[in-house]
Amino acid sequence: MIKARGLQRRFTSRGRTVDAVKGVDIDVTEGELVGFLGPNGAGKTTTLRMLTTLLTPTAGEAEVAGCDLRADPVGVRKRIGYVAQGGGTGPECKVAEEIELQGRLYGLSKADAIARGKVLTEQLDLSGLDQRLTKTLSGGQRRRLDIALGLIHSPKLVFFDEPTTGLDPQSRANLWEHIRMLRSEQGVTLFLTTHYLEEADALCDRILVIDGGEIVAEGSPDALKARVSGDSVVLGVDDDVTTRAAEIVGRVDGAHDLVTAVGEVRFRVPRGDTALPALLRAFDSEGLTMQSMQVQRPTLDDVFLTLTGRSLRDSESGGDADQPDETATDEDSNRNDDSDRNEVPTHVA
Amino acid sequence: MLRDVWLIFRRDAILLSRNPAWLAIGVMQPVLYLVLFGPLMERIVTSTPGFPPGSSWTVLTPALIIQLALFSATTAGFSLLADLRNGVVERLRVTPASRVALLLGKVLTNGLTTVAQAIIITTLAFLVFDLSAPFGGILLTLLIVAMLSVTLASASYAVALTLRNEEAFPALVNSVMMPVLLLSGILVPITTGLAPDWLYAISRVNPFTHIVDAGRAGFRGDFSVDAMLTGSIVLVVLMSLCVFWGARTFRRENA
Repeated sequence: MIKARGLQRRFTSRGRTVDAVKGVDIDVTEGELVGFLGPNGAGKTTTLRMLTTLLTPTAGEAEVAGCDLRADPVGVRKRIGYVAQGGGTGPECKVAEEIELQGRLYGLSKADAIARGKVLTEQLDLSGLDQRLTKTLSGGQRRRLDIALGLIHSPKLVFFDEPTTGLDPQSRANLWEHIRMLRSEQGVTLFLTTHYLEEADALCDRILVIDGGEIVAEGSPDALKARVSGDSVVLGVDDDVTTRAAEIVGRVDGAHDLVTAVGEVRFRVPRGDTALPALLRAFDSEGLTMQSMQVQRPTLDDVFLTLTGRSLRDSESGGDADQPDETATDEDSNRNDDSDRNEVPTHVA
Repeated sequence: MLRDVWLIFRRDAILLSRNPAWLAIGVMQPVLYLVLFGPLMERIVTSTPGFPPGSSWTVLTPALIIQLALFSATTAGFSLLADLRNGVVERLRVTPASRVALLLGKVLTNGLTTVAQAIIITTLAFLVFDLSAPFGGILLTLLIVAMLSVTLASASYAVALTLRNEEAFPALVNSVMMPVLLLSGILVPITTGLAPDWLYAISRVNPFTHIVDAGRAGFRGDFSVDAMLTGSIVLVVLMSLCVFWGARTFRRENA
C-alpha cells in the first residue's frame, strides 16, 4: 500500500535550512495498521503530508495506494483518505453540507454522496446531527465527522494525523474502537501518527519510531519492548540503608543497570515478578525492610529511551531530557490508566 | 473542473447567505457616502471647472461601487486565512478537486457578492437621489465591478496564502490600497483641470484610474472607444494576471 524510499524534506526559511525528514523508508502492506510514533517535531506530520501529496518531497520517491507520488498525485488523492490533525470543517457549515461537498469533490453524484454520508454518520455515531453547524459539535463528534469526510469515497488506505490529540479519555477510547473497526470490518489499511505511547501500543500492529527526522526503530509493540532488556524494578528503602540494599540487589541473578538514589534502588532484571520473592527473603535475613516496591514491564517509553537516550514524555514537555524522573514515573502510572496495564505495583507495608 | 468550481462556489455562497449581515455591513459605507457626502458633491460639481461630464450622482455612484469592490474583494483573503486555520484548505487539497477550481469557486462568490451590493447601492441612488443612467450602461459597469472583484479577490487570496498571517495581512492590504484608492480619483476625479500635472501623471499610471473612468463612462452612457478602451484592456489584463497569480499560488505545493 505504501512503499517509500529515501523520502526527504528540507525547509528553508530566512536563510536557515531545516531537514525535517532526513530520508525515510516506509513499507506498509495491505490491511496493516501502522503507527508512526515520535515526539512533536520529529517529522511525523511532514512525512504524512508528503505521503498525502500535500508537500512535495525534496528527495526520494514513493508509491502510495498503487500510484506514484510524483507522477500521479491526483491518482493518489483519489485512492487515499486523510484525516488531518486539526480537522478540516468550516465552523459555519452544516454537517450534511460538508459531507455532501466532500463526496462530490471525490466525484460521487449528489445522491451517492448523501447515501454514503448516511452510512458513515450511522457507523460513526453521528446520526441526527445533519443540520447542526459543525461549530456546535463536541470535540469527539467533530473528530468523527473529520473521519467520515476522510472515508466518504471508501478509500482503501487512510492516513490519520494525531487522531486523538485534544480528546478526553472517553472520546479517545471510543475513537480507537472506530479505528479498529475500520480495519477489522472494512479491511482498510491505516497509517496513523501519534505521540501517545498508549495509543501506538493499543492500536498498532507495527510501529515506526521517528526521531529527529529519521526512523530509529521499527517493529510490533511487543518486539520493540523486547529490545529493552527486562523489567524495571524500583525499591523504596530507608534512607540510611540505601547502600546495603544496593549490595543485596547486586547479588540478584541477572540484575543490571543498577541506579541508586537516597532511599531508592532501581535496576533491571529479566523477570521482575520471580526476582522479588527471593529479594524479599534476602532483605529479611539481612534485617532490612523494604518500604515499597514496583515492577514495571517495559513500555514503549523505555524503548524510546533506549533508542534515543531521551524519554518520549520529556522530549515532549520541552526537552528536559536530563532531568531525573525518579518519582515522576510513579505518579504518571497513577494518573495514567493506560500505562497501568504494563505494571505490577506491589506495595509492602 | 467546472463542477468543482460550482461546488466550491455553492459552499461559499451558502455560507454567505447564512450571514447576510456581512452583505449589509459592506453596503453601509457606500450608503453613508451617498447620504452624507453626495449632497456636498452636487454643488461642487456644478461650480468647479474641470470636472468630468455628468451630474454629481453619475460621477459618485459608480465610484462608490468600485470602491466597494476594492474594499470587499481585497479583504477576501481573510476568509481564506480562517479556512487555513480550520484546516478546510488542507482538507480540500487532499481531494482530487482541481486546485484552480478551489480558487475560481471562491472568487466567483466574491464577484457575486459585490454585484449584489452594487445593485443595492445603484437602486438606492436611483430611488432616493437624482441618479439618471442608462440601463445598459449600468449593466456594463456592473460587469466591470464583477471583473474587478474577481481580480482583486484572486490577488487577495494569493497574498493571504503567501503571508499566512492574520495580523500582517490587513496591514499590508491597507498600506497598498490607500494610495491606490486616492490615486484612482474615486471621490474627486483626478482631471487635468483639477489636479497639478505631477498628480495627474501619477494617477494615469495607476491601472485602477482607468477602471474607475470606464465605470463612470458606463453610468454616463458613453460607450465610445475613447472612454472605454483603456479601462477594459487594463481590466482584462489585470484580471488575467491576478487569476493566474492566485491559481499558481493555490497550486503551489505547501500553500
